[in-house]
Amino acid sequence: MNGPHDLGGQMGFGPVAPEKDEPYFHAEWEKRALGVTLTAGAMGAWNIDESRHARECLHPADYYASSYYEIWIKALETLLKRHDFVTANDLAAGDAVDPAATPKRVLKAENVPAVLAKGGPCDRPVEGVPLFALGQRVRTRNFHPTGHTRLPRYARGKQGVIDAVREGFVFPDSNAPGQGEDPQRVYTVVFTAGELWGEGADPSLEVSIDAWESYLEPA
Amino acid sequence: MSHDHHHHDHDNELDPMAARVRALETILTRKGLIDPAAIDVIVDTYETKIGPRNGARVVARAWSDPGFADWLKRDATAAIASLGYTGRQGEHMQAVFNTDETHNLVVCTLCSCYPWSVLGLPPVWYKAPPYRSRAVIDPRGVLEEFGVTLPKDKKIRVWDSTAELRYLVVPQRPGGTDGWSAEKLADLVTRDSMIGTGLAREAA
Repeated sequence: MNGPHDLGGQMGFGPVAPEKDEPYFHAEWEKRALGVTLTAGAMGAWNIDESRHARECLHPADYYASSYYEIWIKALETLLKRHDFVTANDLAAGDAVDPAATPKRVLKAENVPAVLAKGGPCDRPVEGVPLFALGQRVRTRNFHPTGHTRLPRYARGKQGVIDAVREGFVFPDSNAPGQGEDPQRVYTVVFTAGELWGEGADPSLEVSIDAWESYLEPA
Repeated sequence: MSHDHHHHDHDNELDPMAARVRALETILTRKGLIDPAAIDVIVDTYETKIGPRNGARVVARAWSDPGFADWLKRDATAAIASLGYTGRQGEHMQAVFNTDETHNLVVCTLCSCYPWSVLGLPPVWYKAPPYRSRAVIDPRGVLEEFGVTLPKDKKIRVWDSTAELRYLVVPQRPGGTDGWSAEKLADLVTRDSMIGTGLAREAA
């Protein structure tokens, strides 16, 4: 979707303002927000693509006014309600009022190190030869789906060159709405800044994205 | 924060987000859906165990061991795993090497993808709109804000982490470090130099 998250090339947000010796957390609640998000995700009711899509579905005014942990928590409430773990009554009461769905699993403290060390690999075997070869010119598709996609707007309908042929990976566009992993091969595609940004672009700049096979057409 | 609100019962002292997160944790805990002790372990892991020191050791090893550098180029996931760094948000790694000709910069314009296994949790600016919007269109302007001015003829390659590959920049090794141990070299490798918003420290 053309949501507030799709930020590449947008203007008006001001300077980056890096913080010297920045702490990992700026408040105690941020620690709990990280942990609640990860432990709730570990129930296995939704995948990473669905959670990303829940974040990008925040109203743009809300998204831009929120810190990243705030975005996480707001999206987490949506996911928990959608999957029947939490109700509006629970949230209004600030306590467990209604019954909850049964999770696939509950992440216990003693299992955290192993779960974090394993992560969630999303490479998958794919059949057949790659449609595109290293060095080949390609064009990204120009589409504007209302659902989740990982092809950013600034790189749609643009000509680039295959810079790396990767493995097969879970396809976010189908995985986010629960329509299956439908793995596809991923390619790193590199563009000149002139192709992406046109007049006045930095001639010394190239930008690459990682694109699923169905995002690409021969140029 | 000087004290931990989580273990107190003064809700009226909490700001709205603190209250909201605590309510969510309470609800999920009472329903038996999460284990609050698991949250403690997660926080401890990313506060004390997994951080940019991991990545610095990877870079220092690459600087001091050409065989490892070659492995890191070909199969970063395996090379990095050989040093013990694996797992969440580091499952599929790619190392990109700065050279005399090209400077590399990593961003996630769509969310906050970042190589947690080698750099830990991302800084706030990495996840915020100014960096995510400008890194792909005006990286030189962004670098100036980090105090980095690159020569005009130096190429810049920006890697937008739009899929599940996670990028680690290997900065150029500073001069005057011949014969340094990998441990000493690692002290020169900053977090920002592995994102591409900085360079390695000069040898003192």
